[in-house]
Amino acid sequence: MSFSLRGTVPRIDQVGVEERAASFTKRSIKNESKRTGLRLAVSMMDLTTLEGADTKGKVSQLCRKALQPMAARYDCPPCAAVCVYPNLVAHAVKELEGSGIAVASVATGFPSGQYPLEIRLADVRDAVNSGASEIDMVISRGAFLEGDLQRVSDEIAAVKEACGEAHLKVIFETGELQTYDNVRLASQLAIEAGADFIKTSTGKVSPAATLPVTLVMVETVRDHFLATGKRIGVKPAGGIRTAKEALQYLVMVKETAGDAWLTADLFRFGASSLLGDVELQLAKLADGNYQSADYFAKG
Amino acid sequence: MEVHGILLMIAKDDNTPLSPGSTWDYAPAPETMPVNLRKQYELFINGQFVAPASGKYFASINPATGKKLTRIAHGTEADINAAVKSARRAYEKVWKPMPPSERGKYLFRIARMIQEKSRELAILESMDGGKPIRESRDFDLPLVAAHFFYYAGWADKLSYAFPGRNPVPLGVAGQIIPWNFPLLMAAWKIASALACGNTVVLKPAETTSVTAMHLAEIFQEAGLPPGVVNIVTGPGETGAALAGHRGIDKIAFTGSTGVGKGIARQLAGTGKKLTLELGGKAANIVFDDAPIEQAVEGVIKGIYFNQGHVCCAGSRLLLQESIHDEVVSRLKRRIETLRVGDPLDKNTDIGAINSREQLGRITELIGSGIEEGAELHQSRCALPEGGYWCRPSFFTGVTSSHRIAREEIFGPVLSIMTFRTPAEAVERANNTCYGLSAGIWTDKGSKIFKIASQLKAGVIWANTFNQFDPTSPFGGYKESGFGREGGLHGLMPYVSLE
Repeated sequence: MSFSLRGTVPRIDQVGVEERAASFTKRSIKNESKRTGLRLAVSMMDLTTLEGADTKGKVSQLCRKALQPMAARYDCPPCAAVCVYPNLVAHAVKELEGSGIAVASVATGFPSGQYPLEIRLADVRDAVNSGASEIDMVISRGAFLEGDLQRVSDEIAAVKEACGEAHLKVIFETGELQTYDNVRLASQLAIEAGADFIKTSTGKVSPAATLPVTLVMVETVRDHFLATGKRIGVKPAGGIRTAKEALQYLVMVKETAGDAWLTADLFRFGASSLLGDVELQLAKLADGNYQSADYFAKG
Repeated sequence: MEVHGILLMIAKDDNTPLSPGSTWDYAPAPETMPVNLRKQYELFINGQFVAPASGKYFASINPATGKKLTRIAHGTEADINAAVKSARRAYEKVWKPMPPSERGKYLFRIARMIQEKSRELAILESMDGGKPIRESRDFDLPLVAAHFFYYAGWADKLSYAFPGRNPVPLGVAGQIIPWNFPLLMAAWKIASALACGNTVVLKPAETTSVTAMHLAEIFQEAGLPPGVVNIVTGPGETGAALAGHRGIDKIAFTGSTGVGKGIARQLAGTGKKLTLELGGKAANIVFDDAPIEQAVEGVIKGIYFNQGHVCCAGSRLLLQESIHDEVVSRLKRRIETLRVGDPLDKNTDIGAINSREQLGRITELIGSGIEEGAELHQSRCALPEGGYWCRPSFFTGVTSSHRIAREEIFGPVLSIMTFRTPAEAVERANNTCYGLSAGIWTDKGSKIFKIASQLKAGVIWANTFNQFDPTSPFGGYKESGFGREGGLHGLMPYVSLE
């Protein structure tokens, strides 16, 4: 595939896109709408642990939390997936067997991606063989910033092939791409190369997900759908810590791409601490008062 | 992937549903803070709230319900006489002799008090005028306070504004304001007049007098000396009595071009100073190298902001032919996500049309567009029962000779036309009797400057629209009026330079 996208992707005006993103934060989400929105957010969550110190024990805790985030009386749905390093995939698969919760694995030399392609592909195959049904890859930001879009595109296609049946999420690390024009270009490039999902960040670089960056990505998948009829998913990851922010993302998705995107098949939150605040808010809606974090199980 | 693939592919697709509203919707979020809406509002003359000489009151309608909101004093010539007399006395005895830094202190105090009461004022503004609370809260009120703060700063620095000249106040300023931004227009007029050392008689618009009277309460509470600002409410004749009063040194009018022309005739030969801020039919020009998504947002903001009741609204959209279909299909989708309804709901994007009369004018012009062969597109949103409402609308297939391309509609109705080259864009943009504002959308900086220098419009926005700041002058060319408000330029109409 020859790559001629640069110069033909729609231009993004920084001031305009940030102003539009800010407008979504002005929506007032109350009562039943808040409850529904927060439950939706939980059902879209990729509960994540990506630490050098991760162990089977830690992953077991996370899996239990994903299965039942809150006490049954709160009627809170399970999370969409658990996201771990490749070494812990097999354990997570065992923990979640039969639950319908997906096991996602970061791969391709996460988080930097600065490894030979063969090693990155082996990383992917290993995770898939261990049972991961979703692969979160990182693009070669170095190649992208050098202007070698062909290489970035070919690598995504190669990883997609290595994924087999597994869903592919392509991480841009938007904090390193920096401009919205780059984000739009990377989004179109990844979709063309076979991404099932496009994802903002690894969570290891700041800034991670932001509303305007995610807006540019949601606009891209919407435009792709309008042009081809195919729906691609979006996953903001990193830095989303409060229930209020999660609702702002949902407002943005709803008003930009429509309600069809309000499903875990097409929108995910990559988060480790977000769930805690969502629980707090759901309990407040049910019980009428805020409770100490001690009343909620840690993931 | 073909070259140009992305843009062109989207253009093909017109009707693909993005399924708004089925999975998750927002619950009603009405503003519930109780406000001190009075049953009846008096006139504000010489620092006191007084009954009108006529003893008459008229109803102020809540346009979202069509029901009576409150009663407003019907001021007549006798009240105007009293107000001008009080303003003259305050000017001679108090305000003119007062050290400018002291005048500034009053303005700063007023600005702070507006900030403190901004939530209540925003709610009252939305109840009385129909604009969404999101706008009165996030746009009108912050700017109202900002204008007072800005001109408070100028009060004791006028000699720096006009180096080598001696700026002297004019005397008593008569100010007549419109109903689209009631409190903001009052602020634009009053703050600069007072900062320059003048006193004021203000006539608010007939349908939106409530917040002006609450502003009067703030003046009273701030201890502003009696007579420095007087507010006389009433219909158009009250304004005419003010404009024609012999004791006035200056008239500032914002409103329709027809009334503005009448005032200009009335004042001819009297030696009174005059500034007019009148209608508009702004061209919003979108080139094919524009950031399309943001341009569409700018178009939306340009025409649907405040239900299109904006003199500088981007009511003529000029699209380069090559992107016409794509922009139109994006606009069609986008207007479906605009939430029309209760102005006091925090999620409302478009509120009520200000009055039955205005809705009638808008409806008549929409009818003319259809009759003259343009194609009407409207949001399919449900409209509330009662009150005055208009769906976000736009016309395609509009030519320069259509009435909807020439006359100011002052409603949420956009007329879309096309052009082929930059030169044609400029020609079409300038082909209007108005010249208040314009918009340019392109990613190319040099093009912005080249086009802007050729447009006959007082305010030109590039890659944005409807941005306001007290430091920036605002005003028009041609039938959009003359004189500038805002910024350093906004001082000039209120001083004579000796």
